[in-house]
Order: sequence, then C-alpha cells, then structure tokens
Amino acid sequence: MSNAPSNRMVTVRNPQGLHLRPADMLVRLAVRFESTLKICKDGQWVDCNSILSLLTLGATQGTELEVSACGSDAEEALAAVVELFEAGFHEMNEIEDAANPVVDR
Amino acid sequence: MKFADFIQTGAIQADLQATTKEGVIQELVQSLLDAGQIDAEQREDIVGAIMKREELGSTGIGRGVAVPHTKHPSVQKLVGTVGVSDAGVDFDSLDGERVQLFFLLISPPERPGDHLRALENISRQLRDETFCRFLKQSKTADDVQQLLQEADDNQFVSG
Repeated sequence: MSNAPSNRMVTVRNPQGLHLRPADMLVRLAVRFESTLKICKDGQWVDCNSILSLLTLGATQGTELEVSACGSDAEEALAAVVELFEAGFHEMNEIEDAANPVVDR
Repeated sequence: MKFADFIQTGAIQADLQATTKEGVIQELVQSLLDAGQIDAEQREDIVGAIMKREELGSTGIGRGVAVPHTKHPSVQKLVGTVGVSDAGVDFDSLDGERVQLFFLLISPPERPGDHLRALENISRQLRDETFCRFLKQSKTADDVQQLLQEADDNQFVSG
C-alpha cells in the first residue's frame, strides 16, 4: 500500500483522438477504482473523472499524455488506463462512427 | 478554435420549443438548414446520423449541457449551432440532469481534429460557471451571440 502516485506515459492512438466517447470511457473506468486518476498534457493536469475536463485537453492522435494514479489500487488503475489507450478506445478500425458502432464493455 | 469559427450565428436558437431528444435535434438541424448551412435533401440523413450517435451513449455530458454531433460528408467544414431550452429536455445525460444547453456539431469525416478543437473550446468555456449560467438564461439569439463573443474575447476564462 503506497500513497505515492504512480505515473505512466500513454499515446493517443485512435484517429479521432480523445473525443467525447473516449472521454466517457475514461470516466467510467476511473470510477471503478478507489485511486484518483489524473491525466496531463503539456503540463495541464485534469481529473479523469470529469468529461468536461478531459475534453479540454483536445488530445489528437499521436498526442503523448502522462497518467497518474494515487491510491490503494493505483497500479491496477494505471494498467487499465494504459490498456484503453493501447486499444485506441476500441475504435481503431472505425471509418464512420455511425456506421460501425463500438460496443462498450 | 473560437466559437466564431464554427457556430453559425444565424442558426442560434435561444428558445427551443422541442421537449424530446429527437425534437431538439430536429429543431437545431432545421435551424442550420434555414441558415443555409446544410442541404435540404441531407436534413433527414443528418438527423438520423446524430440520433444514431446518441444510441452509442448520450452526448449529455453533465451540467445541463449536451453536444449532439455527427460526421457527415455533405459539409465542407465544421458547422455548429447553439440551442437553449428554458425548461430543459430529458437527454439521458450521464448525470441524469435535464439539458438546457445544446451545442450541435456536424463535421466533415476527414477532419477529426476540428471536431476535437471545437469540443476543447466548448468544454473549456463551460467550465466557467458564470458563462454556463448566463447562456442558460439567454432569451434571444443576440444574447447568446454576445456571450459567445465575450467568451471568444476571453472575458470568462482565465486559463
């Protein structure tokens, strides 16, 4: 049980960037953990549990972000966030949002 | 990106009449049509695409705000409008609250960056509670337009 924050770098892989649906996914993921998750772009840290805050990052494809987790399940939370970014928010093969619905887990 | 870059002044609806999700979307898309921003024959297709996007998860992002949107090949650039509902509309928002403020966006499929920058601008401005409250209290399109202009001039946001 460490209270020091753990940090990892992630890259936005999906072509659409960190738009509304990925932001929604991050919020839904963040609430599953006790740890406080934050994301940083160019020195600007925002809470991972606020869609509005996540959208202010305007993170396009290729953007590098730093993720920080602080709490008892910090490592698990970080791993889950990294996995979501690595999977491109499950929309890597999407050409048109409406034509290819992404099924949430 | 500023509001002036994507909000079509002539399509702002400060007094939405619709009381349902689809009704609001119809009303706002119609206002873009009336303002000459979309083709008449594309109207139903655009409304359908926006509704389909809502089925994936509501674009009601909390604080009484929703951002219904879609990509559509018929637009050459990002076009958007603002709608205000005095009574609020049940939009299946993430926080369960009724939505009073709508930012409807239609973007060309190959321009995801513009859509992101519009979302970035909207979310940054809406984090300011004063701006959010004033917008919801707007009675005329001119009121809305003036608030957007003030936001563009950085009169609400510090950073």
